[in-house]
Parts: sequence; C-alpha cells; structure tokens
Amino acid sequence: MDMNTIEAVVPTTDPAEWRDGDAWLAGGTVLFSYGSTVLKRLLDLGEAGWPAVTVDDAGIELAATCTVAELYALPASEAVAGRKWPGLDLFRPCCDSFVASFKVWNMSTVGGNLCTSLPAGPMISLCAGLDATATILAPGGSSRTVPVAAFVTGDGQNGLAPGELLRSIHLPASSLSSKVAFRRLSLSNLGRSGVLLIGRRDADGGLVITVTAATKRPVQLRFAAAVMPGPAALAAAVGRAIPAELYHNDIHGLPEWRRDMTLRLAEEIRAELLEERLTVSGDFWTGPSGPPHATSPQPSAQP
Amino acid sequence: MAIEINGTATPATPRPGQCLRTFLREQGNFGVKKGCDGGDCGACTVHVDGTPVHSCIYPAVRAEGKAVTTIEGLAQGGALHPVQEQFLAEQGFQCGFCTAGMMMTAATFDDEQKANLPRSLKGNLCRCTGYRSIADAVCGTRDKHNHDAGAAAGAAAGAAGATASRAGQLGDNVPAPAGTAVVTGTARYTLDVPAEELQGLLHLKLLRSPHAHARIVAIDKNAALQVPGVVAVFTHEDAPAQFFSTAQHELYTDDPDDTRVLDDVVRFIGQRVAAVVAESVGAAEAGTRALQVEYELLDTVFSPQDAMLPSAPALHGDKDAVKARISRPRQNVVVELHSELGSVADGFAAANFIHEHTYRTQRVQHVAMETHSSIAWLDEEDRLVVRSSSQVPFLVRRTLGRVFDLHEDRIRVVAGRVGGGFGGKQEMLTEDLVALAAMALRRPVQLEFTRTEQFTAATTRHPFTIKLKAGASKDGLLTALQLDVVTNTGAYGNHASGVMFHGCGESLAVYKCDNKKVDAHAVYTNTVPAGAFRGYGLSQTIFAIESAIDELAVGIGMDPLEFRLRNMVREGDDMLSTTPEPEEDVHYGSYGLDQCISLVRDALDRGKQRYRDAGLDDLGPDWATGEGSALSMIDTVPPRGHFAHSRVSLLPDGTFGADVGTAEFGNGTTTVHAQLAATALSTTAGKVAVRQSDTDLVEHDTGAFGSAGTVVAGKATLLAATELASRIRTVAAALTGVAESGCVLDDGGVDCAGRRVPLTDIHDAARHQGVQLAAEGNWDGTPRSVAFNVHGFRVAVNTGTGELRILQSVQAADAGVVVNPRQCRGQIEGGIAQALGAALYEELCVDDAGRVTTDILRQYHIPSFADVPRSEVYFASTNDQVGPLGAKSMSESPFNPVAPALANAIRNATGVRFGELPIGRDKIYVGLKEAGLVPLR
Repeated sequence: MDMNTIEAVVPTTDPAEWRDGDAWLAGGTVLFSYGSTVLKRLLDLGEAGWPAVTVDDAGIELAATCTVAELYALPASEAVAGRKWPGLDLFRPCCDSFVASFKVWNMSTVGGNLCTSLPAGPMISLCAGLDATATILAPGGSSRTVPVAAFVTGDGQNGLAPGELLRSIHLPASSLSSKVAFRRLSLSNLGRSGVLLIGRRDADGGLVITVTAATKRPVQLRFAAAVMPGPAALAAAVGRAIPAELYHNDIHGLPEWRRDMTLRLAEEIRAELLEERLTVSGDFWTGPSGPPHATSPQPSAQP
Repeated sequence: MAIEINGTATPATPRPGQCLRTFLREQGNFGVKKGCDGGDCGACTVHVDGTPVHSCIYPAVRAEGKAVTTIEGLAQGGALHPVQEQFLAEQGFQCGFCTAGMMMTAATFDDEQKANLPRSLKGNLCRCTGYRSIADAVCGTRDKHNHDAGAAAGAAAGAAGATASRAGQLGDNVPAPAGTAVVTGTARYTLDVPAEELQGLLHLKLLRSPHAHARIVAIDKNAALQVPGVVAVFTHEDAPAQFFSTAQHELYTDDPDDTRVLDDVVRFIGQRVAAVVAESVGAAEAGTRALQVEYELLDTVFSPQDAMLPSAPALHGDKDAVKARISRPRQNVVVELHSELGSVADGFAAANFIHEHTYRTQRVQHVAMETHSSIAWLDEEDRLVVRSSSQVPFLVRRTLGRVFDLHEDRIRVVAGRVGGGFGGKQEMLTEDLVALAAMALRRPVQLEFTRTEQFTAATTRHPFTIKLKAGASKDGLLTALQLDVVTNTGAYGNHASGVMFHGCGESLAVYKCDNKKVDAHAVYTNTVPAGAFRGYGLSQTIFAIESAIDELAVGIGMDPLEFRLRNMVREGDDMLSTTPEPEEDVHYGSYGLDQCISLVRDALDRGKQRYRDAGLDDLGPDWATGEGSALSMIDTVPPRGHFAHSRVSLLPDGTFGADVGTAEFGNGTTTVHAQLAATALSTTAGKVAVRQSDTDLVEHDTGAFGSAGTVVAGKATLLAATELASRIRTVAAALTGVAESGCVLDDGGVDCAGRRVPLTDIHDAARHQGVQLAAEGNWDGTPRSVAFNVHGFRVAVNTGTGELRILQSVQAADAGVVVNPRQCRGQIEGGIAQALGAALYEELCVDDAGRVTTDILRQYHIPSFADVPRSEVYFASTNDQVGPLGAKSMSESPFNPVAPALANAIRNATGVRFGELPIGRDKIYVGLKEAGLVPLR
C-alpha cells in the first residue's frame, strides 16, 4: 500500500545516514504490506550491490538483500555444485514455508524476514537451525556479529538498535555438513507455520533441535554426542527449555497444540536423526505421509 | 528513468512512498486491482521485466527504468493470450475481480508449476469460484466433466418436463456476457472511472474511533484544515439528524433506526468519528491524524450474554423503543422471539434419547475481493449521482433520499461491475458519506475502504450462541426441538431482526416435529456490527440443528440420513418453525429434498468403494476416517415483498435489449436474464444485451440478495420478454395479414405461415406506426417456493496432530430447472469453498477491549487453492411451479449445510462432537486429547 508520509527514498547503505523516522528498504514486501503513518524516509538498499550469495569452504554468506527467490535457486546452482552439504536440503522447504507465494519471493529478502522477526519467519527457522550468525553494521562504522537464534528476541522483536543495519548472514560449513531433518505443521494446507522444527546431527555426533513458529522466539536444544537423549529425556529437555508462556498464542495455533506438536515433532526428529525410524512430514512434500493436499482423487460430477 | 507500461514509457514519476499498484492505476491501468493492498491476494499481479510481482507491495520507484506489463498488455497484436482464452473458455471467474491477477500469475507458469497449482496459486485468492473452474482454466484442458455436469442437469430438466435445452436458451451453459471484458481487464468496477470523467475528484478518509464506547465531547478541526490539500472536515455537527439503518430492505421498517451518518456517540472501535476530504488520499489521511477529538469514555460490554444483564451499559438506551423499533433498548435487546408449538416438555418425556449442547458460531467476514467503495457527484442537472459497489442500488437511493430529505428523482445510484458481495453489500456503508461531501462541496468525492476497514468497520456474520435440546424416540421420531438463540449484532442493529428470524425459520421448518420451542434474542454489544451474510442466519442455526440431528441418530442407533428421511418434511407437509400456521405464501413449487439425499448417499457410497478399490482406505494408524452429511432448506425469496422491474425491447438491428434492476457481482444473473429472455423470444442469449444496476433504467428493484436475481428479477424479465414476443407477433400479423396464431418467432425473425419477416423489418414497421416494441415486466416476489441442499463429506482426521483431510465432498442441490448448469455449479462450488473457510479457518477475533485483532488477510485465512477439494455436484430433477421456467434460487443456500456436514463427518471419524466454529486443526487436536483419543507415542 502507499505510504503517504514518505518524503524521500535515499539510496544508501551507511548506518550513519539513519535518523529518526527512517526505515531500511530491502525488498519492501513487509514495509509496503503493513504500511506506515510515521515513517518519513526510506533508506534504499536496492542499489547496495551486495553479492547475494558467496560460497566458500567456510560456508555460505548471504547478503541481507539476498531474495528468497535467489535462496530457493541456490541448492541447484553452480555455486554449491560439488559441495557435500546436506543442510542445503533445508533451503527449499524453508522457502516453501512462507505463506507468501513465489511471486513475493522475487522481492522479499532473507534479511527482511529476519528483521521482521515474526515467530513464523521461515528464514529465521533456516538460519537459526543452521547456527547462522548475523553481521550487523552500526552507525559510526562498527559492526558486530550475533547468532541468528539470539538475534530474534520475541514476536516482532530483535536485537537491532535504532539505525543498525543487518548486513549479512553466515551459514557455517560445519552446520551445512550435518545431517538434517525438517518438520512443519500449519492449521491450513500450505498455510502459515504453526510449528517448525529443524534438527541437525553434527559431525561430532551432537544433536541440535531448533524450535521456531511454535515459540515467540527461536529455542535451541543441544545434546552432546555422549548424552544422546531418549524420548523421555528429550521431552523433559523441551519442557525445561520452553516454559508455557514462551509458546506463541495467536490465530495460527493454540499454545497447547503448539506445545504438544513441538514435543511430537522433536521426537520424530530425534528418532530420524538417530536413525531409529524415518518419517517425513510437511504438507508440500509427497512422501510416506501420503498425498500433499486434501483433494478428492475422483473426478467431479461423475454420475 | 521512465517506467515503461505495456510498451510505452510513461512521463509520470511515482511519489516516494508509492506502491506500483496505485501508480499503474493513476496511469489508467484499471485492470490492476486492489484486493488487500498488503501482498496477500494477488489481484494486483503484474510483470516487471517479465517477473510476476504483487504491485501493491512493490515500491514504485524500483520500477524506474523497467518494463511493466499489466493485464491490459497481456494480449499481443489483438489476439488474447492463451491464458485469457482459457479463462474465457472455462469461465474461470465469477465476479472477476481476482481474474486479472490470476491470469498474470498463470501466464508465467511452466509445466511443473501447472502440475502443482496448490503451491503455484497460493498467492492468488478467489472468494467466488472455489477454484475448480480456475484450475480448469489454468491447465487449459477442457474438463470433460464440465460437460457431464451440464448434460446431467440438462437431462434432469428434460425428465422433469421442461423445455429441452437449446443453444443460448434455458439449460445451456451460456458464458457470461462480460467474459471478454473480465479477461482483458477492461470490465469497469466501482472505482475504475478515468480521471477525465471525474474532474476535480476529492478523496474522503475517516477518522475512526479508538474507543469501544464514548461520547464525543469536542472535535477540533483547525489543525486538520491547515493540512495542505485538505478541503473539508465533516463531523456529527454536519450530519443529518435522521436516524436510519445501514441494512437495506424493501421496507426500511425491518431494521431499527439506530445509526446516523456521523454520530456524537461511538459504540465500537472503528466507528466513524469524522470525515476528512482532500485533494489526495495522502492529504486526507494526514487530515484525520491532525484532528483533535475529546472523548468522554462510557462503560462497555462485549458479549451478548453480559449485555442482557441488568448492570450492563445500554448502547442505545437513549432511544425510544417504538420510534427506533428496538425491542428493549434499556436491555440492549434489538429484537426477540418466543414461541412454542406443541409442548417440548411432552416431547422430551416421549424421547428415548435427549441431546443437549451449546453450539457457537463465530464472526466471519465476507471478504469480497472488491472492498466497499463509492463515488458521488452532481450531474449537469444538479442531481446527486452515486456510483457504488452495491447489491442494492435502488434501496440505497431510497435510503439516501430519506437521510438527506431528497426526492428520489433527485438521486441516481449506479453500480458498475461489483467485485463480490455475499450479503456485505446489502448495506449502506460508504454512500451516505460521499453524498454528504459531494453535495456540500459540489465536487466529486470518492471513498475506498482499506482491507483493514473491511475487517474492523464494515459488517460480519452474526455470531450465534445456540443452546439446543432435542429428543428422539427409539423408533426414529424427532419428538422435541428446543432452541435458545442469542445473536450478537454488535453496536448496531442492521439485519439483526431479519437474520434472527430467518435463522429460526427454514432450519426448523424442514423437520416435522410436533413440539418446537424457540427463544431468541438479538443483542447489542460494543463490537463491530454484524449484518447480512450469505445464508442470512440459517448457516448458524443449521450448524446447530444438523449437528443435533446427527447426535440424536447416533443416540438411538440409527443411520443419520435414515433419521433425516424419517423426520424431514415431504411435499405437502406443513412447514412450521415458530408459528402454528405455515407462511401463507410459501409453497412446494417443487420438492427435491428426497432426491438430494439419495444423490449424496449414493455418491458417498461410490466414493467409499473407489477408495477401497484403489487400496487407499487405510491411511495408517494415526488416521481415523468417517462420513457425515447435513441438509438445508431455504425459501426461494425473502419475505414481505421483493420487487423487480424489467424492460425488454427490440432494437433496430433485430437484437434485443433487457434493462433490469438487479446487480451483477459474479452471481451470474446477467447470463440468466439473457437466457430467460432468449427462451421467451426464441433467440439466443448472445442477442440479448442486458443493462443493469442503474436506478435510471427501470422503476424499482429491491436488489440482489436472498438469491432473488433469478427467481424474482428473472421472473420480471421473463414476463417482459414474453409480452414483447406477443407484441412482435401482433406487428408481424398486421404486416402480413396472417393470424397472430400463425406467426411464430424464430432466431432473428417471425415465420408468418411460411413467410419469414426479419425482426429488423418488424422494428421498422412498428416505428413507422409510432409503436415502440418494448414491454415491461414486474414481479413482487410472492408466492415463494423452497429449495434444498444436501452436503456429504468423507474425511480423515490425524489423531496425533489434528490434521483434517477431506477425502470426498459431495453436494446435491434442488434448484428446480437449472437455467445455466455451469454457472449454477459454480455458485455451489463457491458456496462450498466459502463455507469451508467458515467451518475450518476463518474467525474475526475481537479482544477483551473490543478491538478486532484479525485485521489483515494473513491473520484471517480465507481458503486458498490448496484448501479446497474438488466437490462432486449433483442436481435434483424438479420443475418449479413458482419460479421462472421452473427455476429456483441457488446462490446463498449451498453454503448452509457444509459446516454441519463436516462436523458430523469428524464426529463419525473420531466420536468427538465439535460444536464451535471454526473447527481448526488445533481445536480438533485438543478435543481429541480431552477425549483421551490422542495416541501415546
């Protein structure tokens, strides 16, 4: 929608230019979706020229301005050809976890999703699940690095100070090399995530389960190789890590359902990554759980 | 760098905060629609350098130096794009408001995307069709089952003794006349008026109340008037004193006079406080922010149960009960109903099983893709003209006359093509404001609701709380049915009475039962007003009663459909709900309920067998499967008069013109009118040009609600066309000397005992005699008939997650003779989809302070392509004695049996009764868990 209070669009990537009433403009899909009656200027990152994706042995560096479409294309691109990174298998399911369609992916950015900081932000799920770190530029030329899992601090809340700019996200090769698992539930087919869990079994044998969408902010459970949990230990760990009030409560899922589904999906991931059994869920996938959509297989109006 | 639009560089430059959507519309590209303005619905989809984007969330400045393609540029070299051809061929639209965006998206699909439409089309919402016709259009494979459905209905009509289907006439799948305009983006909706036609157009924005209940002490306009571009501010001091209701009915006395254009008391968060009119939307918005309002806060009440307590604040306590037509203003009771037929005490005593449950239905919003909007101006004769997105232009004229004390001939109300209604546009929510401003400022004034205003400040379905008690004897008789109904009408009583009474009408009358008791209250609360919504009260009570019927059947160990067959009315039975005598003017013009039940039962049986044969009947240990059904009855016309006037004339070129009052908002009545006239005039629908929804065209039309477009307005058109045919024969007889009885119309002429006179000659001959070959028809909406719908589902429920899968969806409809089977099927499919939304997802939430929290489409999930199964649709074979050429109504009613059928199927699968809507996956899970049915892992 139109933001009629905007007086100027200023192309810049310099946090020093930021002043009260400014907002960083990346893809614009969130700013222009909610609109604003207070913003005065948009600081336009559209001409930043940051390379969307940089791949090296240390991992993948995503510019904050990398579009979701570019991220979706990455696993099948030359840039990662030959890399033995199972973590790449998470990219597309996470993109498909957007309630927005591929058209919006052409504009919306990875950084924008992180900075919007909604519980169901699927780029948060992906980056937190892979222990990614975010590089933040501050006015005055300094920068800092924080884990994405800690960057998002609540529903729509994050650790950015006024004027700070999310520059990039680094996905470490160590996480990308891990065996991964993905689980998601929504109240509607292909709808907004109500519960999204990503699991990782690292090279050192450790298990990491990252809970998003169900909780107001990402929650990570870490188990060293020496103390792999059984079902009861896992459930207890989830209970300790996520107090009742941390479960998100909105139209996209009752907290009680989110809690029980978190427990259920965490156990599925545990079992899968520990190779006790294999199941797949996610309603856009076809797999052992059956056809992806609620559709009558028989033709209509058949006499 | 210029923005190129459809191959031409535009000299205009966008404003800094402007989105591409409004920029494109400002350049005259009206095919780019606003459905949500938030990136959710896809109606504004365009291509930027070939890439599809949602233009409402695309910063317009980013398009500089790029090439934009809109729907207007999709066709190349005068030939439609294949996608446009396919949408036309498959009629993949109803109101057409989403169609341009749908096609701009589909035009980019590769085969892989076409193979996964649930995913590929999740960014395109359609509220009308239920997506089946869109799927057929996108894939471009003419679905042969379309033709099966048409053929089946045609055969049904034939068997019932009606005229056999002829091309372009009754029973044919005639395409919508507006089809080409819709697929090329040139159909003109309310605000699609070129700037040059509205010189000096002003924009109106509303300051809305932040308080749920307050008296306005003072409004300081000064700062607002200082805002550059602001022209005027209107407050309650400028508004007429006349009270009225936003609800529009033939008799305004059907609704309470409890509303003012601008009031000095606000009764819900979002109510109009003041209107700012400015040269631009931005200036008007700035003006609303600059207004200083002093409020005196008043006590609030948010639930109807609380509102009836003696201690509750009275929202309209200052009003006179008789004068304002409010039952008990001091107790917040707008209207009430108390009745008992027989004795329910005796009925319960005779019962072997009694079911008692409190059922609840939620607030849902219509979510017509076109938001409320209107433009008012004064014409050269100084007459007020209002162009509005309305289902009821004639009633809006009447209400504007009453509110502003104007004679009706000083007002003209027109509707362009209307982007969906569903009852929401049977209200006057914008027209009074633009009229006020345009008359005061003598300039054109426009008001367009945002999607958030639709949710927070328009109208919703009435939430019902239904305490139900019902009994059955072990031999399968319904012995007693008792309802205590409380409806929440919100801050104003628009439609409170009609919805409550209608809700307690056909839902009860469809069952023979000697003992029926109803207590019902419609109650004010400090919340967004409820209003007319598809089904008009029936969907709420039918949810409760059909759920209860299912429980009774289970309770006495009988198949639920068998129990219905034992207790439902049969042709000739009195239809009784709350009065001891049946409605005088409601008849069994035809009766197909028994057929509908058989059609659904047989289809469910076949579906079960198909699953079994395919080895798909066992989904695994977590899944429970079940079947459920529900029935519904509806009177084919609203009560107490529904009037229509039509005028059909022979045009100089030998074709016909039909002027009708009823509005077109995707319901397809334009096609139906053309077909009815064509049948009477022995021509084809393509030769009947229909003009509509303009108070200057015909004398009066109550409007397009209560599914009256076919059975009332259509009847008027049929009468007019029949009379015109007779007059044409008279002229032909005089011309040839052949007796009138020997003159027979054919397509384009009259056969006079072997000599064929072309209609052009007939027209000329008549003109030379000074006779205009035109005829008028009118119908007053009585007597009325009854129509039926039965829905059946097979579902699977995941007992571990609450996920619900619809394995089979079947609806059988008794629509009498089906005038246009493809369109009627579309109405049913669309009704099913909308009902699935209300059954499973949609809920307008109001928090403890009275604020609507679900105010954008991402918080209010309407069914997307992925949510809607393909439904099997069947028609009963009946021929109505009341409706035009045997037809009955079929727009509202397909909605009504869907939610209870689904709840009954879930009950059958799991044993758990869900009596509160929506039945979300989370609520299913919690319900199963409470019942101890969630498997331990």
